[in-house]
Amino acid sequence: MSVSIRVTDVRKSYGDVRAVDGVSFEVNSGEFFGILGPNGAGKTTTLEIVEGLRQSDTGGVELLGESPWPRNPKLLPRIGVQLQGTAFFERLTAREQLHTFGSLYGVGPKRADEMLELVGLTEKAGTRVEKLSGGQAQRLSIACALVHDPELVFLDEPTAALDPQARRNLWDLLRAINETGRTVVLTTHYMDEAELLCDRVAIMDHGKILKIDTPAALVRGLDAPTRISVDSGNLSAADVTRVADGVAEVADDGAILTFTTRDPSTVLTALAEARVLNGLQVRGATLEDVFLELTGREYRA
Amino acid sequence: MKSYLSLSRAMLIGLFRDKTTLFFTLLFPLMFLVIFGAIFGGGSDTKPGKVIEIGDVAVLDNMAKADPDALKDLLEITKSSDEADAKQQVASGDAAAAIKQDGQTVTIYYSAADRTQAGIVTGILSGIVENTNLEMLKAAAPGTPTIAVTTDQVEDKALKPIQYLTPGLLGWAISMSGVFGAAMTLVTWRQKKTLRRIRLAPVSVGAVVGARVGNTLLLALIQMTVFLLVASLPFFGLTLTAFWWMAIPCVLIGALAFLAIGLLVGAVSKTSESASGLANLIILPLAFTSGSFFPLSQMPDWMQKISYVSPLRYLNEAMLDVMVRGEGPAAVLPNLGVLVVFGIVVGFIATRLFRWDDV
Repeated sequence: MSVSIRVTDVRKSYGDVRAVDGVSFEVNSGEFFGILGPNGAGKTTTLEIVEGLRQSDTGGVELLGESPWPRNPKLLPRIGVQLQGTAFFERLTAREQLHTFGSLYGVGPKRADEMLELVGLTEKAGTRVEKLSGGQAQRLSIACALVHDPELVFLDEPTAALDPQARRNLWDLLRAINETGRTVVLTTHYMDEAELLCDRVAIMDHGKILKIDTPAALVRGLDAPTRISVDSGNLSAADVTRVADGVAEVADDGAILTFTTRDPSTVLTALAEARVLNGLQVRGATLEDVFLELTGREYRA
Repeated sequence: MKSYLSLSRAMLIGLFRDKTTLFFTLLFPLMFLVIFGAIFGGGSDTKPGKVIEIGDVAVLDNMAKADPDALKDLLEITKSSDEADAKQQVASGDAAAAIKQDGQTVTIYYSAADRTQAGIVTGILSGIVENTNLEMLKAAAPGTPTIAVTTDQVEDKALKPIQYLTPGLLGWAISMSGVFGAAMTLVTWRQKKTLRRIRLAPVSVGAVVGARVGNTLLLALIQMTVFLLVASLPFFGLTLTAFWWMAIPCVLIGALAFLAIGLLVGAVSKTSESASGLANLIILPLAFTSGSFFPLSQMPDWMQKISYVSPLRYLNEAMLDVMVRGEGPAAVLPNLGVLVVFGIVVGFIATRLFRWDDV
């Protein structure tokens, strides 16, 4: 597997603020790579340096074997970028928008129309971009980034400010894009998004990358307990003590009773025997727990 | 080339769908043409003064016999035999003057209520009487040298308001669309990150700027066409002189000079609000001091001096020269030279200050 992106010790400061503070990572070709972190973590600045929109203070970036800075026209047709915010030409319809971006890359209108279909906007072809919903605009923006069939796709918070259904639709689209063999780099502040989509995730905070691994490995590495919760009030105090005995910690907020345990089988069996599984939820650790573990604070997007 | 064309096209579609901008670049200046044309146009067409001829006034009758049309535009003469009624009409303002002749004496009755009208009419009547005297003198003593007065309006060769308003307001319209067009495109494209997105496409900066330049030039030509068509309607009555087509290069070069200002405004402004504020701050004073709304010659001295630093002055003057003053094609060269130099200097500063995005 060849390396598509190689970032070595990139730093960027604005005045006293170290926006990017020594970031290094590699992305393999065909990989779905995520940069996860709260707002202000330095994700966008990092991405912009990698895309060649900004110059780093120090450190090196190599995209497909080339340097993106200064503006490298040889590289531009090979990368597709969706910027935070939609970056459209004003007052154009969805189709005109794609045709315009297409022709900037020497791509014909037919391909542009295919892209419209790929992102499910054929019906909205004649709608002006200002009239598109948030999700539609994001999909169009992604279509614009893909219109010239780039090898490398950068997406900066593509699902920010979308409703849950629109997010789900977009996830399907992003997976499909990755499955065609393109390398995808995505920034997000949604933990679930990174967990669901990415092959590997870099967790970023305060301009630094804290850890890079597959979401599963990150969670496993945490060795966190499982949380089992059921409706509160079905169990007597004695039952609770018996179930939890020696294997779990208990928390009861009046509505939900939660057992935190490293031995979920024993707890679940005991609860099943007592026939009190109403409202059962079993949760392992998530990337949120990983973030908590890495930074010592709650994850707040 | 292809990306240049598609950028131009995208810009053009955006422009023609932007009703507000279209209004301000095409209709708004035309509204001024209509309003100013009506205000100033009405004022200059003074109606002939009403004069009541009491009984027979030989000087008037002889003149009317010799040349029936000579007085038609100047005086509206009605005959009356009732002297008291005639005086009453003058006193009440229904007539500007009454005139009566007793042998060698001509008496003109006028009222001081409308001094201007009375002055004009008595002046004309006195002139007629003097002329009669002169004729009589010539007949009595042929060969006596006499001094004749001929008058000829030189200042503007009958520059009716529409004649200076059309180039002036056209200049203003071009400066507005040039400055606003360039500044707004630059700022909104930067704000909406369209510029960054374009930067990530294999497109040269030349294609982006070129598309904007082409758009501005096209818009300026459309403005010129619309202005000339409307102003040439019989209602306005613009008459162009022989080399009016030399106004085309003036319009194009002027548009480029103002585009340069717009690029500068766009480069230093962060938001579209501040860009439009700054653009207004530049254009309005320029329009007032450069003869767009009023002829420069009617301006106070100090304002005329100020106008020398305004690029709009040179555009207006160049267009006035070839469109209505009847001067030859070469007359525009000094003015265009100033505009070219101005455009290059400002354009150079603008490119120095150009930013793809606001960090």
